[in-house]
Amino acid sequence: MSVEETNVDLGFDPTLKKKKKKSTKTVEESNEATPEVDDVLSGLKKKKKKSKDSKSTPDADEINTDDVTDSLGELKLKKKKKKSSTPVPDDDFDKQLEKLGLDETNTTNTNTAETITDDDVNAQQSKYGLPYDGLLSRFFQILKKNNPELAGERSGTKFKIPPPVCQREGNKKTAFANVQEISEKLQRSPEHLISYLFAELGTSGSVDGQKRLIIKGRFQPKQLENVLRRYIIEYVTCKTCKSINTQLKKESSNRLFFLVCNSCGSTRSVSSIKTGFSAQIGKRKKM
Amino acid sequence: MSSIQNLNKIDPFADTGDDDTQPTNYIHIRIQQRNGRKTLTTVQGLPDEYDLKRIVRALKKDFACNGNIVKDEELGEVIQLQGDQRVKVMEFLTSQLGLQKKNIKIHGF
Ligand SMILES: [Zn+2]
Repeated sequence: MSVEETNVDLGFDPTLKKKKKKSTKTVEESNEATPEVDDVLSGLKKKKKKSKDSKSTPDADEINTDDVTDSLGELKLKKKKKKSSTPVPDDDFDKQLEKLGLDETNTTNTNTAETITDDDVNAQQSKYGLPYDGLLSRFFQILKKNNPELAGERSGTKFKIPPPVCQREGNKKTAFANVQEISEKLQRSPEHLISYLFAELGTSGSVDGQKRLIIKGRFQPKQLENVLRRYIIEYVTCKTCKSINTQLKKESSNRLFFLVCNSCGSTRSVSSIKTGFSAQIGKRKKM
Repeated sequence: MSSIQNLNKIDPFADTGDDDTQPTNYIHIRIQQRNGRKTLTTVQGLPDEYDLKRIVRALKKDFACNGNIVKDEELGEVIQLQGDQRVKVMEFLTSQLGLQKKNIKIHGF
């Protein structure tokens, strides 16, 4: 079991896991578990009370393995029982996890949430032959709990852009209230975003005292959202890695704007905002 | 001889015709709000070889709306149509005039 192989698996797993609930996943695994585990489950009562302090003999290794799988099996069993009701609350699960960790401290290995690494898992597996699937899912549970962004979670606060809030301002104007907040989330200057909005909507407006954007014309939140989405695609997201953690930089030598990605470091040029043609509306052209 | 692919006379550096290096000749279709819920569609940047007058006549008939040509100092001649005709104009330009979709940009909400 090489490190690369694990990495491939790690890359694949989260997408699979995302769609399923945590609890159901583990239960499923216990169902499809290897016969080894089944063995453990059947021998659960017998081996439960075995002493943990016998260490040096080769036999002790066996016992410890059983202990580990034992507690694993115990964990799964408990979850299985609770399946009929609502999903297991996190508190309960944490307790079980902690207990699991305590049981395993004898086997030279630190299984507390933070210190678990690939190498540990690999070493443990090659030594004791624990089921890989179980370990992988446990690893991801721990990873998801402690740093969700590493486990492929995209729902962090970083990625959430608030929907545009707008009210009607009088009869002919729309107030876009959270323009400031959105531009901060996108790490763009509000001026840049506003000039794009005006160019796309073919209108004009101003920013009032409460930093709201007053746009001439009537617009629904959904319409503004469409424009905002296009702004994000064109001026915020990295085309290479789809991250929105990017910066807009102006090259002083050629006066071009470049989008620099903070996640992967790629750079691409973006066109400047052009207003284009705007028709004469209402009043006749002054001669 | 020509059955051997490597010996085909293809210049790898020849112009393939699909380079995106000319951002200037985009056709922009925009929308503007007029008074109330009335809107205006503008088509900017149509190539010179087309007869705008004839296009406007066809558009007016097809979409059952009024339209006219406005001359702009910088941007040349621009077609104006009443109402939101953006998608329909796009369809017309691609199907009737054989323009490429990637060269047309629709703006607005
Ligand atoms: Zn990137």
